[in-house]
Amino acid sequence: MLTTMSLVTGLTIYFFYRVLNAPPRPEPDSYLDNDDEVERQAPRA
Amino acid sequence: MSANKESWGSRVGLILAMAGNAVGLGNFLRFPVQAVQNGGGAFIIPYLVCFLVMGIPLLWIEWSMGRFGGKFGHHSTPFILDTMHKNRLWKYIGVFGIWTNIAVASYYCYIESWTLSYVLHSVLGTFNGMDQEAVAAFFNTYVSIGESTLGIPLEAIVFYVLCLLLNTWILSKGLAGGVERVAKIGMPLLILFGIFLAYKGFTITAGEAGAINDSSVGLNFLWTPDYTQLWSPTVWLAAAGQIFFTLSVGMGTIHCYASYVRSKDDIALSAMSAGWMNEFVEVVLGASILIPISIGYLGIERVSELVASGGLGLAFKTLPFLFTQWGPILGAVAGVMWFGLLFFAGITSSLAMGTPWMGFLQDEFNWGRKSAAWSFGLVVFLLGMPTVLFFHYGVFDEYDYWAGTVSLVVFALLESILFAWVFGMKKGWREIMSGSDIQVPKIYKFIIKFVTPLLLLWVFIGSLITPKGGDWGAAFSGEWILDDSSIINKLKNTSLKRQLAEATDPALITQLQDTLFFVNASRILLVVVFLSIAAMVYMAYKKRVREGRI
Repeated sequence: MLTTMSLVTGLTIYFFYRVLNAPPRPEPDSYLDNDDEVERQAPRA
Repeated sequence: MSANKESWGSRVGLILAMAGNAVGLGNFLRFPVQAVQNGGGAFIIPYLVCFLVMGIPLLWIEWSMGRFGGKFGHHSTPFILDTMHKNRLWKYIGVFGIWTNIAVASYYCYIESWTLSYVLHSVLGTFNGMDQEAVAAFFNTYVSIGESTLGIPLEAIVFYVLCLLLNTWILSKGLAGGVERVAKIGMPLLILFGIFLAYKGFTITAGEAGAINDSSVGLNFLWTPDYTQLWSPTVWLAAAGQIFFTLSVGMGTIHCYASYVRSKDDIALSAMSAGWMNEFVEVVLGASILIPISIGYLGIERVSELVASGGLGLAFKTLPFLFTQWGPILGAVAGVMWFGLLFFAGITSSLAMGTPWMGFLQDEFNWGRKSAAWSFGLVVFLLGMPTVLFFHYGVFDEYDYWAGTVSLVVFALLESILFAWVFGMKKGWREIMSGSDIQVPKIYKFIIKFVTPLLLLWVFIGSLITPKGGDWGAAFSGEWILDDSSIINKLKNTSLKRQLAEATDPALITQLQDTLFFVNASRILLVVVFLSIAAMVYMAYKKRVREGRI
């Protein structure tokens, strides 16, 4: 039980951590939250 | 030009909405019951294997199909499937992706409305001083549209309508402003409530507050592996079935949500994150509440009897009584958390069910978001009222069986064939990997092409011709008698007809005859709804041809 629960919890945290730390994409992306951030409008070098 | 200008607010919001779509009542009510009935801790082995070779591939397939269709401005499965192959029939397969959601939402919102009502009853202390029989009788009265302790006439209908209005209003606020906002509030609260209740589930001590067992008794009951069950096809079928329900695959909601993601943005990692979040809620939280708490207070024997009738009974007829054992304040808090948790699990899923219909009307008939949302509310209300009014005549169960069970398997099977064999694995893999933030193991090319469709085919055939008592050994040795739970015998109403033939009490005969009538009538109604949506898809296609868009 504890092995299964630890494994599932660990993988959940790992993948969510990867999402939070994924580099942002240049605009326009799929999301509205950074639409006003001018410095991200330009494509990355 | 489509009226659909929806967008997600943030990537975390999208993942929480996707996880919310997957996390539903089944995570807390169905999973622990399935585990208990299918080998306890051993069930987790086929369950996790099915998650790896069927659940995750289907998540990637549906996210990719959705994002691919979104490139062409499609946000519902009929025309998402249509873009993937030149054969015009695929769009009619896509009708499943709208029909399932409307039919499931019709009864699902009814359960959701019970949770809303029970939150209020927990706050008001309705269950204080009741014994277990009285709490169970309260539920039976509630669903019989009987008397109400709140003094509201037709309380069950009032809460059902309130719940539908709430869903419709949130949907009318759009993806970022409505669905995503609810997911961002609901999912953290759900996890918080779940952790509190799981803590209680882990710390029950025999002799305290009326408990007769330590929590370890319940946890051992649920988790002790019975490895003899591991080789039973019935257990594997149950595990595969649970993966369907829990991930909300084969419904069309994932396609719809993913259709608002641009092709250069990741889906592979997002799908994994949402999928594992659902597994955390199911395996860690879902397994630590219902069974351990029930066994702590009622014992294994009583809970085994209750489990036979499913998780709904335990959740609504038993737990409210057990919470009152913790005293009026903690009992009320636990009641609010339990039913609040179920409410958030339910509403994040029912909102997802509204989006394919809305996307279809916005894309094809230029409807505005608000009118599309209100039309969804109206259709669900009309289709859902029979489940409310004739709950005791099996209408609810019919919707659940055909739309919430069989349809998912059929649609998932067909879409996996379309993706891997018709659209082609080469293009399909490119879609999965486009913009990906993780490296998907190449073994999944093989799994998606061969293992997933074959497993789905096996699940479908296994459900179609389930042998009596799940005895596959006897079936393969030539004695293949169909079980009453097989699709074929369900369709023939074998169980009902047998009960009718054996009944001698005139009142029971009348009840069974009425049930048979309502069962057949609900099937006809579901078929009519399916055909009506198919007709709308045909009209949309003709409109596209007239406008030169095809």
